[in-house]
Parts: sequence; structure tokens; C-alpha cells
Amino acid sequence: MIRFENISIVFPDKKRSFKAVDDVSFEIKKGEIFGIVGSSGAGKSTLLRTINLLQRPTSGNVYVDEQNITDLKGEDLRKLRLNIGMVFQQFNLIRSKTVYENIAFALKIAGKTAEEIKTLVPEALKVVGLTEKANAYPANLSGGQKQRVGIARAIANKPQILLCDEPTSALDPETTESVLKLLKEINEKFGITTVIITHEMNVIKKICNRVAVMSGGEVLELDEIFNVFASPGHEFTKGLINHTINLELPERFTEKDNYEILKIVYKGDKAEEAVISQTIRKFNVDMNILHGKIEYISGKPLGILLVRLDGNVNDVTRAKEYIRNNTYKMNVINGN
Amino acid sequence: METNYSVLLNDLIKAFNETFLMCGISLVAALVLGIPLGIFIFLTGKGMLWENKITNFIGCFIVNIVRSTPFIILLVVLLPFTQLVAGTAIGPVAASVPLAIVSVAFYARLVESSLHEVDKGVIEAATAFGASHLRIIKDVLLPESRAGLLRGFIITAISLVGYSAMAGIVGGGGIGDLAIRFGYYRYQTDVMFITVALIILLVQGMQSFGDYLVKKSDKK
Ligand SMILES: Nc1ncnc2c1ncn2[C@@H]1O[C@H](COP(=O)(O)OP(=O)(O)OP(=O)(O)O)[C@@H](O)[C@H]1O
Ligand SMILES: [Mg+2]
Repeated sequence: MIRFENISIVFPDKKRSFKAVDDVSFEIKKGEIFGIVGSSGAGKSTLLRTINLLQRPTSGNVYVDEQNITDLKGEDLRKLRLNIGMVFQQFNLIRSKTVYENIAFALKIAGKTAEEIKTLVPEALKVVGLTEKANAYPANLSGGQKQRVGIARAIANKPQILLCDEPTSALDPETTESVLKLLKEINEKFGITTVIITHEMNVIKKICNRVAVMSGGEVLELDEIFNVFASPGHEFTKGLINHTINLELPERFTEKDNYEILKIVYKGDKAEEAVISQTIRKFNVDMNILHGKIEYISGKPLGILLVRLDGNVNDVTRAKEYIRNNTYKMNVINGN
Repeated sequence: METNYSVLLNDLIKAFNETFLMCGISLVAALVLGIPLGIFIFLTGKGMLWENKITNFIGCFIVNIVRSTPFIILLVVLLPFTQLVAGTAIGPVAASVPLAIVSVAFYARLVESSLHEVDKGVIEAATAFGASHLRIIKDVLLPESRAGLLRGFIITAISLVGYSAMAGIVGGGGIGDLAIRFGYYRYQTDVMFITVALIILLVQGMQSFGDYLVKKSDKK
């Protein structure tokens, strides 16, 4: 649906030019919710903005629906943009227009007739649950409501693609939750291909199917979010994930460096859950569970346990081997 | 010198009419030419839709020349041009030519600075939705800067009352001219006071009316 082919974007600077996006290639599938995560300045917005050519790549090509859009201009570019809705961190609503007029504005641009606008605006307002606010001005809405208007405006023309640049970064956690839910509903209802930028893994975890992790203009890794959470391939990604899946032990555990602490990651199916009890029975070891958590990602459970094994050395070694072979991942995070 | 108040009344009415004529013509020019010029300078600025260094520079340069030349000098320099446009170099209509030029430049600058107040994100959103430049001007830039445009217009109008006083040099007349003639040349202090009081009233009235309009239009 959307394909980046060797995209690089260089901003000319007085002293030396700055490469905001560095040779990025990947594809976003039709109908999925795709996340782009990374720290500030990673080049996320710059990359996203090439999809509707708010930003032209310095080199490389962008394809939308297999059409190379990189060099579109004038009326062709306008037509492309009519098919791509966009939601902004700061909402970017027209302050001098009512909610209704803001949405009607996007439809007018799309060349809809007054009749069509009369049916499409209420339709869009209904989707975002703001029917009764049609005549309010943006200044009189809460942040969450403004973003709902932003979303209504973006989808009113029924585009095939929805770009969201940090849609929840200006919102409190509760409102974030409801806006993400709305985006997910819209994605499911209309099959709209959705690209979401965020710097929070939490947002990714809640609604994305796949995620690209960006840093310094490059895509470090890209995968189904479950896989990224289960086995992050980069230190940077691990750092991001640790904010969400944070299993921190009190210092008294980590200080005793003669104890081994095992971190067991299991995908939470029945067979794996039994491994723990089997280990204890089979190898005559004691197992102390120090910390544990199950996260549900894309509806699939991802379990993490921090445990300590006690017993004679041979038994412990064999027990470790058994766990390693029968769970998704096991590593020693402490000890000598 | 004795003041003949019934004659003075006639003089005052005539002077007010001339002031209104000069200011009216100039303000129409400010609206018709100043707004497009302001928009043009704004849009050719850095990072804007029609970004173009050279045209932007030319636009700014012309506006700055007009604004920084003392009006009295502009008045004289423009005499041949005034003659050409108005068919005469004296009288309120003729005085309106340099006044109009000043008010266009003055207002264009104020228009430009109000447009800078418009949230760039809103312009970007409109662009992202595929809006044409004309539509962005009409549906985003102008409505979003409405309060600023109105305020600038009032400032322009008030400044014009002051500029028009100098139009007496080319026989433009008007209340400013009246105050100078009676008060300064003939030492009729009472006439000068009355006229000045009326000018203050006029300016204050314009300001209040403007504030009222701004308040009414500002829905933010
Ligand atoms: N128009 C521009 N001119 C010059 N440099 C730019 C421009 N736009 C972005 N940059 C630079 O490119 C880099 C990437 O910017 P970008 O906005 O894409 O980051 P981001 O990942 O979206 O970060 P954030 O989370 O802060 O939004 C930044 O260092 C930024 O300063
Ligand atoms: Mg950004």
C-alpha cells in the first residue's frame, strides 16, 4: 500500500547538511495499523510527511498503491492528498470555524457538493461521537474532543490512508486510551491503512500490528509488535520496551552477585506454563519467583518471570538447560 | 481676532467632509491593494507557500521605502504622479493619491504581520488535505487573522487622520489643515482647541468602534 524505497532526506544547514532520514526502505500493508516509534529527532515526522509529500525526499521513491508518487505535482498531487487523511499532535483545527465548518472545509477541498457535505459531516461526527458539538468552536473543546474533531476531519472524505503524527502526545493517559480506541475502531470499520508515529511503546502496544523502530534517521528494526516486544533486536528498542515492561528488582537482589537471576520469557501457552512446575519436580531444585508479569500484546500473552534457582550445582545446571529449551527465551541477568 | 462661530461651523463641516473623502479613498485602496500586497509578501516569505527570496525582497523594499519616507516628502515627490492620476495636484482628491499609497504600504505591513500570527500547523493541515493556495488564503489565512486584520485597519485609519493633516500643503483641506490654519497661522486658539478636540473625539470613536468590531468577530 505504502512503500518507501531508499528514502533519504537531507536538510541543508549552514555548516554541514543534516541527514534526517537515512536510506529507509520498507512497506506498509493495506489495512494495517503501522507504528513508527523512536526518540525525538529520529526522523519519524520527516519520513511520514513524504507519504503526502509535505516533505519531498532528497533521494529515493515513495509508492502509494504501487504508484510512484515522489514527483507528483499540481492537480495530481492534490488528488493524492484527497486520499490521505492526516491527524496532528497539536490538532491544527481552524479556530475561526466551528467543528462542523472545520469538517466541511476538508470536504469542500475534496470538491464535495453542499448536499454531500450535509450528509458526510454528521456521519463523520457520529463516528467520533461528537454529534452534539457540531456548532462549538475549537477553543471550547477539551484536548480529547479537539483530537476527535481532527480525526473526523481526516476521515470525512473516506480516504484510504490515515497518517497520525503523535496523535496522543498532547493528551492525558485516559484520553489517550480513548483516542487510540477510536483509531482502532476506525481502522477496523473502514479498513483504512493507518500509520501512527509515537515515542511511546505503550501506544504501539495498544493498537499497532507492526512497528518500525527509528533512531538517527535509520530504521533499526521492523516486525510484528509481539516479536519486537518478545525479542527486541537492539539495545535502543530494549530501552523503549523497558519503559512498558519494567521488571525492576530491589537492589538487595541485584547486589548479591553470587546469585543467578534468570529472566524467562514465555509466550504464555499452556505447555510453557507447565515448564516451571515440571522443572521443580524433575530436577529437585527450589525456585523462587522474584518478579513476574504477563503483557497482552495484539491479544497474545507475553510472560516474563524473574526467578532464582536453589539446589545442588548439577541439578541447577540441568534445570537451566531444561528451561532454556522449553520456553521462548531464557537468559541470566545477574550472577557470576 | 473675533471668531464667527457660524462660519466656523461651515468650515468645520467642509473640513470633515474633506477628511472623510481623503481617508475614505485611502482606506478603500488599503483594502483593495494593501491586503493582497500583504498576503503576497507573507506568502513569498521563508518557508511559505510561494517562497521566493527575490520577489519577497522587492515587495518588502517598496513597502519600506514608502513607510520610511517622511510623508511630507512623499507628497512632494509624488506630485507629478498625482497630477497624472487625479488630473490635478491640488484638492482633497489629489491629496488622496499619496495618502492612498502610504495607507496601502502601511496596511500591507500590518496585514503581513497579522498573517504571521496564523498557526503554521493549520496551514499545513489545509495543505495536507489538498487545499489549493486560493482556498488556503480564503478559508484559512483571512478568517484566522480576522481580528488582527481589523485591528490593523483601525490603526491605519487613525494614522491616516494624522497624515491627512499634512495634505493641507497641496490644498487638500481637512480638519488637520483647519487646525493648522486657524490655530497656527491666525492664533485663533479657541478654534484650534475645538478642532483638536473634535479630532481626538474622532480618533477615539474610531478606536472604540474598532475594538467593538474586533471583540465581536473574535470567536476564539
Ligand atoms: N525543515 C527542516 N529543516 C531543517 N531541519 C529539519 C527540518 N525538519 C526536521 N529537521 C530536523 O530533522 C530531524 C528529524 O526531525 P523529525 O521532525 O522528523 O523528528 P521526529 O522523529 O519526528 O521527532 P519528534 O519526536 O521530536 O517529533 C531533527 O533533527 C530536526 O531538527
Ligand atoms: Mg515529529
